[in-house]
Amino acid sequence: MQAFTCLTAVAAPIDLANIDTDRIIPARFLRKPKGAPGYASFLFRDVRFDADGSEKPEFVLNRMPYRGAKILVVAENFGCGSSREMAVWVLEAYGIRSVIAPSLGDIFHQNCYKNGLLPVILPANIVAAFRRQLRERPGATITVDLDSQTVTAPNGTPHRFDVDPFRKEMLLTGRDETGLTLGFESRIREFEERHAREMSWVVPAGR
Amino acid sequence: MFEKIWSRHGVAEGPGGHVLLYIDRHLLHEGSTSAFGRLAKSGRAVRRPDLTFATADHYVLTSPGSPAPDTEVRSMVESLGQHTGQQGIVYFGVGDARRGIVHIIGPEQGLTLPGITLVCGDSHTATHGAFGALAFGIGSTEVEHVMATQTLWQKKPKVLRITVEGRLPDGVNAKDVILAIIAKIGAGGGVGHAVEYAGSTIRAMSMDERMTVCNMSIEAGARAGMVAPDETTFAYLQGRPFAPRGDAWGKALAYWETLPSDADAKFDREVELSANEIEPTVTWGTSPQDALPITGRVPDPAAVGDDARRESMERALAYMGLRPGTPLSEVSVDRVFIGSVFVEAGFEWREAGCSMCVGMNGETAREGERVASTSNRNFEGRQGKGARTHLMSPAMAAAAAVTGRLTDVRRLVS
Repeated sequence: MQAFTCLTAVAAPIDLANIDTDRIIPARFLRKPKGAPGYASFLFRDVRFDADGSEKPEFVLNRMPYRGAKILVVAENFGCGSSREMAVWVLEAYGIRSVIAPSLGDIFHQNCYKNGLLPVILPANIVAAFRRQLRERPGATITVDLDSQTVTAPNGTPHRFDVDPFRKEMLLTGRDETGLTLGFESRIREFEERHAREMSWVVPAGR
Repeated sequence: MFEKIWSRHGVAEGPGGHVLLYIDRHLLHEGSTSAFGRLAKSGRAVRRPDLTFATADHYVLTSPGSPAPDTEVRSMVESLGQHTGQQGIVYFGVGDARRGIVHIIGPEQGLTLPGITLVCGDSHTATHGAFGALAFGIGSTEVEHVMATQTLWQKKPKVLRITVEGRLPDGVNAKDVILAIIAKIGAGGGVGHAVEYAGSTIRAMSMDERMTVCNMSIEAGARAGMVAPDETTFAYLQGRPFAPRGDAWGKALAYWETLPSDADAKFDREVELSANEIEPTVTWGTSPQDALPITGRVPDPAAVGDDARRESMERALAYMGLRPGTPLSEVSVDRVFIGSVFVEAGFEWREAGCSMCVGMNGETAREGERVASTSNRNFEGRQGKGARTHLMSPAMAAAAAVTGRLTDVRRLVS
């Protein structure tokens, strides 16, 4: 996983609430392997492109200077719905490294952490102000500093954000979580022995 | 109940209140291909193949006996067979009578049990919570993590109890209950929570009905939804192929009976609904929270004060091709997607699969077609690019099929 430390980049605002992962990447692209040719073009496919493949000029990422955005500032419950991690993979393929939101779909939120993409949760009124500032000054940048847990708004105001210490450490180091957990092997084995005694019926009977 | 299960599955504690949670059941489908690939690449194997079960549902075609014409779709199914074979995982593949939708076969086979932790790389995994299991959907990296370690690092969610009291009126069923709940608390209302569904209405439900309710927990934003196990649960499970037998059944039952929440249990949040106020419900928009009684009219965005909400409603109505003020019962439908058998009424017989619920296998509605659907998501493009989905109960979908428009099923029955 790529580490996340500090990023200053152009941010794009998306105002619509409850944007689901089907919209971020439609089901017909889920069978494409991660990193397949043109993977980034699957992002927001049906709202970003017409049927003939031409760009819809009104979509935010089709407009300069938002095209090169590495940060999205979104509305409530972004990434709700399907657990498809491809929604994060396709954002990453496009170059998005951080999503700033009042709330995120729970599974999408976890999937971000597994791919070096930093989710920043701030109060709804502050996120709405960020989006307004980005529309007033297209191309304005936002700085997200994970170590100090501060995000600097387009107008220069710093805001502190909360991040779980476990997730913070994993993101800062880019560490492989499975590798970390395998270090707990003896604890897992102890648990399994106790579990097998206390809940002996858990292992399926048939086969 | 949540606390009782959670506290029995902690292997270790990490920073920030994270717990390394042990997983009792891992269910796989064709979407697990990339996780298998990464596992192999890192030289790791599935730690507990005996707790891991697989079926093909997301990419199989539902037309009897037909292999997918698309090679990519076909290879998704084939690679699941190869990977599970290599790792010694029981696989209910094409041609196996036990094959079916992953959230149906878990219960059918007796793999889903009260008091266990169960995960699957699918957001509708909360369905298994109907049995009093802690069941939730996970992403692909988490699937790989469970394969390798049989655990997951999790932060304890808050618990929301939703109580539904009273007898459901005629023509109103479990799907209407969950749609009414989502309309009440919103598509993000359960974010960060596990839900416990309680009350006399839930208690009176069959296992199928409880599964229908728990299935759509994620549409209310909650990763997990649960119902306390009781005699209905135990009667369903006894004698299922993989369920405990003999002495093990007795031991399991003794534990399961301790699972329901104590009378003085504390919840982080509580929501209450009266069954007698719930009507046959349909969605009019592109989020499951956009649900109204069939007796209602398409809402008018102009009447909404909040700018963001108004714009979102306008967009949903444009996508759905609906005008404000139209009675819902005058909306005509082109297609009915119903997970049941109505061959004699002229429906096509199809085999089990996710099919038009997710549109991954190529079975989709056409652009602009209006679908009366018993599935769980009315998102833009969910049932095919440009397809317009109205969510409703199977009874309401059958009524729509009879009349060709959204119909109050009570009108046909009485």
